[in-house]
Amino acid sequence: MRAHPLSTVSLLAPAGLLATLLLFIPVLAVFLMSLTDWQFGATTLNWVGLQNYAELWSDAVFRKSVANTLVYLVLVTGGSITLGLSLALLIESDRSGRGFYRTAFFMPAASTLIAMAVVWEFLLHPSAGLVNHLLQQVGVAPQNWLNDRHLALYSLAAIGIWQMSGLALVFFLAGLQGIPRDVRDAAELDGIERPFDRFRFVTWPLLGPTTLFVITVCAIRALQVFDTVHVLTKGGPNKATEVLLHTIYVEGFSFFRMGYASAMTVVFIAGIFLLTQIQHAALERRTHYA
Amino acid sequence: MKRLSPSFRILRHVVLMAVALVFLMPFIWMVLTSLKPADEIFGSEIHLFPTRFAAVENYTLALTKVPLLRYLWNGVLVCAGILVLQILVALPAAYAFAKLSFRGKPWAWRLVMLALMVPYQATAIPLYVMLYHAGLLDSMAALILPFSVSAFGIFLMRQFFRTVPDDLIHAARLDGMGELEIVWRVMLPTAMPALLAFSIFSVVWHWNDYFWPLLVINSPHLATPPLGTMFFRNEEAGSAFGPLMAGTVLITAPLVLLFVVAQKRFIEGVTLTGVKG
Repeated sequence: MRAHPLSTVSLLAPAGLLATLLLFIPVLAVFLMSLTDWQFGATTLNWVGLQNYAELWSDAVFRKSVANTLVYLVLVTGGSITLGLSLALLIESDRSGRGFYRTAFFMPAASTLIAMAVVWEFLLHPSAGLVNHLLQQVGVAPQNWLNDRHLALYSLAAIGIWQMSGLALVFFLAGLQGIPRDVRDAAELDGIERPFDRFRFVTWPLLGPTTLFVITVCAIRALQVFDTVHVLTKGGPNKATEVLLHTIYVEGFSFFRMGYASAMTVVFIAGIFLLTQIQHAALERRTHYA
Repeated sequence: MKRLSPSFRILRHVVLMAVALVFLMPFIWMVLTSLKPADEIFGSEIHLFPTRFAAVENYTLALTKVPLLRYLWNGVLVCAGILVLQILVALPAAYAFAKLSFRGKPWAWRLVMLALMVPYQATAIPLYVMLYHAGLLDSMAALILPFSVSAFGIFLMRQFFRTVPDDLIHAARLDGMGELEIVWRVMLPTAMPALLAFSIFSVVWHWNDYFWPLLVINSPHLATPPLGTMFFRNEEAGSAFGPLMAGTVLITAPLVLLFVVAQKRFIEGVTLTGVKG
């Protein structure tokens, strides 16, 4: 359909102008700033080419940060997928209580993470926390969950899994409901009767694209981890929980080394971009089964 | 379904209930602790239920130590401001992409898709610098304006607008409606479910956002609920857990209530993040 060119322009202009100002120029600016040594408040800047990136490569904190982020990403994605899928299969296997369980498991994903992080800080408190009290009941020594450098990252990952499983769960529930009844009936006619065989030969292959999609959703969210780190550990102890966004935050907004922080941001954008590409591929494959 | 043995059906509930208890424990513990006096929280014996109720003290302290209601109200203002702007900006564009042909359309659409992939933290540094030079840091505008355009909103609404029959638009034009009028009076009413899902997505996202308010807000009276939670915790030095838990109960209550009341819509809205990333 056609409309008067002027009215078409007036429909698109607000979105176009704002997107240019708030999105496209800033993204371009991040790329350009990453090639400078600019510090916030400084009146001059020098072009340093790829020097920031070279510095990143040899920066021990940044390396630690990337490694931690990847460990966190793999743990949280893996944990959420495993838990989300197992719970979805179990919920779906019978009718009673479906609504209640879905609500219960989704609750963490529906609540304000910062407030719940404060609750977790209390639950994991070395002396007054519930977790240590319960562990002592069964004879396990109390731990300093958030201040022990061997434990802190895993504690944060556990909170991440607690928060993200519900999201994975509802995607899997939708995926399971998308598998037509007659496919399962046909499998039974073919003599696939044991639940595990049915999962292996029917459900799992049909869920494949959903799974890939859910993996990318969880991975993208895990890559953006910041809230719990900033509230609970500030990247410590001794950089044990330093993650990408937190490092960017510290470099850019505590040290105001904006050029260097921009180079980190470019690495962050690249990571998200890569995951999004995989996700789009997964989405396209999923439509063939729907 | 019919061949499930009774023992499996019971086992299913046992396992699911046990896991559900773990998932809900932080909420249960938060509420119970918010009712307890300090000596019971720090005592060596842990009781599930308070033996002496301290709800009044804890909640009074939570509401008076920091302006908690103010934080919640700020959250409402920020979310409402963002949502209204997003709708005003995105819907006309979505209509143009769905129904009108214009020069450079495929190219412009590719830009929308590209914008979809950019995580919002990626633009934080330049936006911070821009707001600093505009003198807008530490203001309500700094919390709202950066999110006024939502590529995801344009994307989502365009998908729904495409299903609206062209005849409806032709008829509206014959009635003498302008294009903007068509957007608000013809397209919008047909797309209410999509708009509702997008609204929940947007409100949940910005209500919970911590990263951006942390960057641009210093004044306590401008804090959103997540930032206010942190002001409160730092004020209490993380030790007065009774009042602190009372505070987190009040901060989490609005979204949890929304979730319980409009569960299906809520899940729909939140799972949209899957497409947004």
